[in-house]
Amino acid sequence: MIRQFGIDEFIFILLSARWTLVLTLIALSLGGVFGFVIALTRVSRFAPLRLLAGAWIGLVQGVPVLMLLFLSYFGLALAGLDLPPMIAAGISLSLYAGGFLGEIWRGAIQSVPHPQWEASAALALTRAQQYRYVILPQAVRIATPPTVGFVVQLVKNTAIVSIIGVVELARAGNLINNATFQPFKVFAVVALIYFCICWPISLLARRLERGMHAGRPG
Amino acid sequence: MSFQFQFEPVFARADVLFDGFLLTVQLAGLGILLGGLLGTLLALLRRLVPALGLPITAYVEVVRNTPFLVQLFIVYLGLPQIGIRLTPEQAAVITMALNLGAYTTEIVRAGLDSVHPSQIEAGLSLALSRWQVLRYIVLAPALARVWPSLSSQFVLMMLSSSVFSFISVQELSGAASNVEQDTFRSFETYIVVTLAYLGLAMVLRLILMALGAVLFPSGSGLGRLRQSAGNR
Repeated sequence: MIRQFGIDEFIFILLSARWTLVLTLIALSLGGVFGFVIALTRVSRFAPLRLLAGAWIGLVQGVPVLMLLFLSYFGLALAGLDLPPMIAAGISLSLYAGGFLGEIWRGAIQSVPHPQWEASAALALTRAQQYRYVILPQAVRIATPPTVGFVVQLVKNTAIVSIIGVVELARAGNLINNATFQPFKVFAVVALIYFCICWPISLLARRLERGMHAGRPG
Repeated sequence: MSFQFQFEPVFARADVLFDGFLLTVQLAGLGILLGGLLGTLLALLRRLVPALGLPITAYVEVVRNTPFLVQLFIVYLGLPQIGIRLTPEQAAVITMALNLGAYTTEIVRAGLDSVHPSQIEAGLSLALSRWQVLRYIVLAPALARVWPSLSSQFVLMMLSSSVFSFISVQELSGAASNVEQDTFRSFETYIVVTLAYLGLAMVLRLILMALGAVLFPSGSGLGRLRQSAGNR
């Protein structure tokens, strides 16, 4: 029996957006911690560590998110962990987010002028104190617009995990389409919901960026 | 852990993977070419024809704020509903061109913005034609300046082509899922294919870097004008 695309179907799709948001939040928090470690490692004083972090960034940015997803999904299964797809999805998106955020934040840390390091060293701050009180507060300011911009990429890439059966927006669209055979309508609605999530974030990122250029004297 | 890596069954199907690899290269190459041209054209059009500003901006914003996968579904599954039937490969290339076109429009716009208006006046006062000003003073330096961003976007696009397997295109990741189902060596298959993507991304980056050096030799676009005038 072919169902019509009605209000129930619309609500099903709309509600599945919560998993898109949950996945985004998981990837953002886990990937954020991960990215922070990578960024610090990437600017470490020890060359082997720098190299390692660089290699990791190169790997994550050089392979499709889909491959990260499959490797996490099948890798975890081989390790004997029988986890729900949602976990594999969260892990792979976190790895992805960590790689990109690490690179964004490395750039932010390195764009803090070098005299700031020297000045804070002259004040006898330890390296941890330099980061905590001098470098990171400035780096955060620089990093905020591109980080917010990356969140949009992250939201969009959560669509990929639909292939391992996580019923987020894209998968919900597929399910409804299979029942109604109205792909144009269904996926237009799905796209619209994504747009409603992503567009405000894009606008915020742009606004932050403009604000930053305006707010910097000299 | 009792798991033993067995790559032999995967390598035995190397021909399937290689065909997929070639298809990825072809699709990505075509998509990058079309998307790059479309984006550059739209960025110029938006600059030259103010009336087109709004529709072009709307296109850019819609594409950049919706997932590539959903765009692919709309083109491949949605368009037949209004009478446009496409093979999976055609849908793939069209979606890629439209998606990349939007990103390219935005990147090239930033490049065009970086060309100071007085440069154009200077060019015109040197009796260059409008076309020469557009080509050598506006477009060439603008593209040269944003070439690194464009290159990154092109590489990301190539990597995104992996979602074409969702609509049963037999490119690299589609071939991978075939091999995986035949051999039951999922993890090994995806390790091999991941490395293939990594290699492809590195090679593509190198090619784009070399292309940038050839297309935009250091110095301004004017240097090239002088060169070609000297050759005449």
